[in-house]
Amino acid sequence: MTLPGSLKANPRLSAWFAFPEEGVVLLSPGKVEIGQGILTALAQIAAEELDVSPARIRVKPVVTGESPDEQVTAGSLSVQESGAAVRHAAAEIRAICLSVAAQRSGVPPEAIRIEDGVFLGPAGPVGSYWSVAHPPLLDTDATPGARAKPAAAQRIVGTSLPRTDLPDKIFGRPRFLHDIRLPGMLHARMVRPPAARARLLSLAEGPLPEGARLVRNGAFLAAVAETEFAAERAAERIARRAEWAVEDSLPDAASLAAWLDSAPSEASVTAERGEAPALPEDAPRVAAVFEKPFIAHASIGVCCALARFEAGALEVVSHSQGPYNLRADLALAFGLPPGRVTVRHAEGAGCYGHNGADDVAFEAAVIAREIPGRWVRLQWSRAEELTAGPFSPAMRIAIEAALDERGEIALWRADIAGNGHSSRPGRAKLPVFGAARLLDPPFPPAVAINMPLAAGGGAERNAVPGYRIGALKVVTRRVTEMPIRASALRGLGAIGNVWAIETVLDELAALAGEDPLAFRLKRLEDPRAAAALEKAAAMAGWASRRRAEGVGFGCAVARYKGTGAWCAAVAEILAEAEVRCTRLWLAADIGQAINPDGAMNQLEGGAIQAVSIALKEELRFDRRRIESDSWEAYPILRFSEVPEVEVALMDRAGEPPLGAGEASVGPVVGAIANAIADALGVRLRRMPFTAETIAAAC
Amino acid sequence: MAEIGFTLNGKPVSAAAEDGASLLHLLRGPLALSGPRFGCGAEACGACMVLLDGRPAHACTLPAEAAAGRSVTTVEGLGTPEAPHPLQRAFLAEQAGQCGYCLPGILVSAAALLAANPRPDAAAVKAALEGHLCRCGSHNRIVRAVLRAAAEMAA
Repeated sequence: MTLPGSLKANPRLSAWFAFPEEGVVLLSPGKVEIGQGILTALAQIAAEELDVSPARIRVKPVVTGESPDEQVTAGSLSVQESGAAVRHAAAEIRAICLSVAAQRSGVPPEAIRIEDGVFLGPAGPVGSYWSVAHPPLLDTDATPGARAKPAAAQRIVGTSLPRTDLPDKIFGRPRFLHDIRLPGMLHARMVRPPAARARLLSLAEGPLPEGARLVRNGAFLAAVAETEFAAERAAERIARRAEWAVEDSLPDAASLAAWLDSAPSEASVTAERGEAPALPEDAPRVAAVFEKPFIAHASIGVCCALARFEAGALEVVSHSQGPYNLRADLALAFGLPPGRVTVRHAEGAGCYGHNGADDVAFEAAVIAREIPGRWVRLQWSRAEELTAGPFSPAMRIAIEAALDERGEIALWRADIAGNGHSSRPGRAKLPVFGAARLLDPPFPPAVAINMPLAAGGGAERNAVPGYRIGALKVVTRRVTEMPIRASALRGLGAIGNVWAIETVLDELAALAGEDPLAFRLKRLEDPRAAAALEKAAAMAGWASRRRAEGVGFGCAVARYKGTGAWCAAVAEILAEAEVRCTRLWLAADIGQAINPDGAMNQLEGGAIQAVSIALKEELRFDRRRIESDSWEAYPILRFSEVPEVEVALMDRAGEPPLGAGEASVGPVVGAIANAIADALGVRLRRMPFTAETIAAAC
Repeated sequence: MAEIGFTLNGKPVSAAAEDGASLLHLLRGPLALSGPRFGCGAEACGACMVLLDGRPAHACTLPAEAAAGRSVTTVEGLGTPEAPHPLQRAFLAEQAGQCGYCLPGILVSAAALLAANPRPDAAAVKAALEGHLCRCGSHNRIVRAVLRAAAEMAA
């Protein structure tokens, strides 16, 4: 038997829990709050198993060297990895403490119940966590074996407790990293090269605002001052004095699919099964090439970090998704043993994947190294937020599928080309920070990888359809030149793959003369996928959906990563001058929901982000630089454009919980594409689905 | 440097503003507020929204001296956990937020809306918030929360 989730790598019970003062339970997870509500969900799990009121649980932000190393808060895995560990550890601590209380009091353990942390025997209290759980008691490793409560006994898990972090955010109290003010803290701003490939020819001398100074290391330029405003003005002056030689290095934005098809790549077979059937020449067949553009994270907040070098040690405050991974790459970049680097997590604005959080932390540290003993706060501009971090990479997805004489999907061939979807720190021998190539000497830029399929894959995520198919082959070609930094964004390859697969499914249904919903339901191999799709269709009134000029309905379904949550979507669109998504119905099966309202919030959020991606978003660049550096140039969905969204969770009490954050993204893009085809009779092969894309396809 | 006096969340304040600095610099710098946030610096996202004499204004582009002698309200001035504004109560009731970075600006604009139009419909709420961006997709909950606050204030 093995330990569940992150306990495997972090078995020490005292690493997860402490009872530091009367009435307080300190929970120390290795996962971080990124706007998804994980702190609340983990506190619920802990409160449930310990039998304490949730209000007693304090969650400690991750600090490297102190918190368990749970690597990266990503992949919709926090409830699975951290939740399972917290549940098991809390249950074991409960059992240990109960037996100590029993021993001390002479009351048999089965006669003791726990009420809000107090152990009650037949004659009254016989102790509490706070009287029993002194440090040495929990300095022991967790042991395998089930002790956690059965689902039927749960009272806190499965209820929609309010988010513990929202009050601070609604009352404007300091909570974000951006709000931290430390004594003597300096402010910094970067001065970036004007093109993706640029050489610093010269930097003219000149005065800076009072108290401001330049930090230069190779082509890495930054301004530092006592105030933010002074740093901004100093950075503007330095930028004007820098002379750069720039070169073309970016692909032709007008023919991304052609670039991806011809660029050097490493091919691997993602899946292959079944014998290629002998189909007649005129077998009903779909062959299409789909093109997904580069997409930006486009958080409303900007990346920010604090850093201080003192006595050969580096301390960083970061909104990174992976504090330990960031520490590893900082140690590499600065030639320090990891133990001399401390990364403290503080919340940033919404994080949807590998954004610039790690980059800005590295940059702050480069600057802080020049001013030992002082805290340096570096904050990005809006333009940097939209151009300096990694992006969701462009994808070319070619699919060929055919039906046999019975209307079964006899053949499926897919070829996926694009950069890898992971450039995260902590996984390579060299630091991966974007600005590391600017230093003197520079670190060579890394090329993004795809995580192994067992870990969900990257470009190949959700590339294998969940439908009954005769012969299937999916090949992934990872492009090995990376002119635009690529990494993970909510859904990774699923954004493009689910869109492409669900479009082809609709086209096959049309060839078979069947309703797209019925066609899917007959061929879905997984009953939980079918149940979710049926539920979403029922919510949308699929059978009696309205027919009107410009109105279209589409459906789609996928199980995220093939191992995560199931989500089905039905979209209603209205095609006028532009396409609008007017309504969405989502049905998700996330196993047991720890906090149903929180899960629905995440599913709806993912869906609305997917509407924005599907209808509006595309990184714009010329051959030298990314041009979409403002909200005007990179528009996202606005209040007036947001669809009504109805979300239902399948009732799966007792089933293992699954993450909800990314499950809706792919199905929503697919459902919108199919709704557009329903309304306009045109199949779109490229995102975003703008008037321009539609006109080009007609 | 110029000393600028104004009313901040109902109390007289005075702070030294650097020449050319914005009201946002002043609020987050010497006045040490956290509610008004930097998002874009170009009036394009609403994260920095404050009320200037009761009207929504982008603190990121407003010169600090424009506040002199006037009344500035930030989310901190709407209410406190002990005495929340009906909007803040409604946002908590609807759990209207995910990362929460955009919320202070949105709350401030919503307060101005309800002051001018106590019974808005959903379309009016969306129109009032059109200049605010939310990336987490909390829009529908936010609209419901504003409508809930309006109903509560009318009751």
